[in-house]
Amino acid sequence: MSKKRDAKKIVYESARDFPQMPMSQGSMLWNKTGSWRNIRPEIHLEKCTQCGICWKFCPDMSIVIENEFPAVDYDYCKGCGICAAECPMKCIVMVEERK
Amino acid sequence: MSKQKKMTLTLPTEELVGSGNLACQGCGANLALRYVLKAFGKRTAICIPACCWAVIDGPFPYSCLGIPVYHCAFETAASTATGVKAGLEMIGDTETQVIAWAGDGGTFDIGIQSLSAAAERNDDILYVCYDNEAYMNTGIQRSSATPTGAWTTTTPVKFPKDQPKKDIDAIMAAHRIPYQATASIAYPEDLYKKAVKAKNIRGTKFIHVLAPCPTGWKSRPEDAVKLARLAVQTSYFPLYEVEDGEKYTLNFKIQNKKSIDEYLKLQGRFRHLKPEAIAAIQAEVDRNWDRLLKKVTAR
Ligand code: SF4
Ligand code: SF4
Repeated sequence: MSKKRDAKKIVYESARDFPQMPMSQGSMLWNKTGSWRNIRPEIHLEKCTQCGICWKFCPDMSIVIENEFPAVDYDYCKGCGICAAECPMKCIVMVEERK
Repeated sequence: MSKQKKMTLTLPTEELVGSGNLACQGCGANLALRYVLKAFGKRTAICIPACCWAVIDGPFPYSCLGIPVYHCAFETAASTATGVKAGLEMIGDTETQVIAWAGDGGTFDIGIQSLSAAAERNDDILYVCYDNEAYMNTGIQRSSATPTGAWTTTTPVKFPKDQPKKDIDAIMAAHRIPYQATASIAYPEDLYKKAVKAKNIRGTKFIHVLAPCPTGWKSRPEDAVKLARLAVQTSYFPLYEVEDGEKYTLNFKIQNKKSIDEYLKLQGRFRHLKPEAIAAIQAEVDRNWDRLLKKVTAR
């Protein structure tokens, strides 16, 4: 699913706009779950061995692969810390989120 | 960093579970569906009864999944999937796969009759139970999948659960379905392989996935994968497959079994347990393990 596409909320102006059947009409991408975060993962790529473990275990599909290295999608990362706990090289650190 | 090494990816990169979903931080159920859909791909319909995933998917008119979802009543996951599959076959679509995706409440308790009926008819569906060991999204009430001694809101610390966890895998094996397996989010490649295997078998398939729930287990979100791994390493939740209800295969041979204490101490729901209670749980885990080994070697 491309993230840029359909990241918008759906608004019904009147009852007539409602679909006849209660069917879903868009993705949840408008819901930027990054705002749930208290701590944020930061990846220090110097030690990264590109093992892909952080990508594999992120429950929110928030580790993206950029130029064959992992990067965090802060729009959606909920700050669970699984990537930092599972990285065998310990190159992800969780730091306090500043608002 | 000039090295042009490729990143090691052990799973396909297609994501059918989208970001922005409503799962708690560190949700095991989210990972479970992510891996199963990587195996099943886009030509899949999924039937979700009342369970955490009914919420995670998002409210009307949104859905975080890239495939059609049918929200059905609590007790009807298997029968709805059967119906969707039959409907697809009526219009000549034999390719689309149908998954029933239910939690432990919807499988062990409320949905067991429709699951049993579908298994008896050997309907061509995959039924996945993601087991977080209580009714989590309604407020952590005990289910028959809750393990002995665990705190829930209906089994408070003074009256913890006395009964052992129901052995749903033995119940399913008694139906002699062509394929069933247990799986864990800590072993995604194994879970993926099992889902691919299930996809290529006609008839009722059943996969039981242990999905840690930081909210209900009172554990830290970052420990979710670690807990799932410890559950396997302590043999609390062994990984195995069963074909035709009798051919047992152990997927993860445990050399040095870790003590159950390591698994329990990371979870707030077991914090009240006295050493005697932990010893009793250890004895039960060992007994279940021996029972399983007998089945594996019996053939
Ligand atoms: S902290 Fe959690 S949600 Fe954020 S990138 Fe790491 S694993 Fe994903
Ligand atoms: S788990 Fe660590 S070493 Fe592996 S790819 Fe991610 S950041 Fe790099």
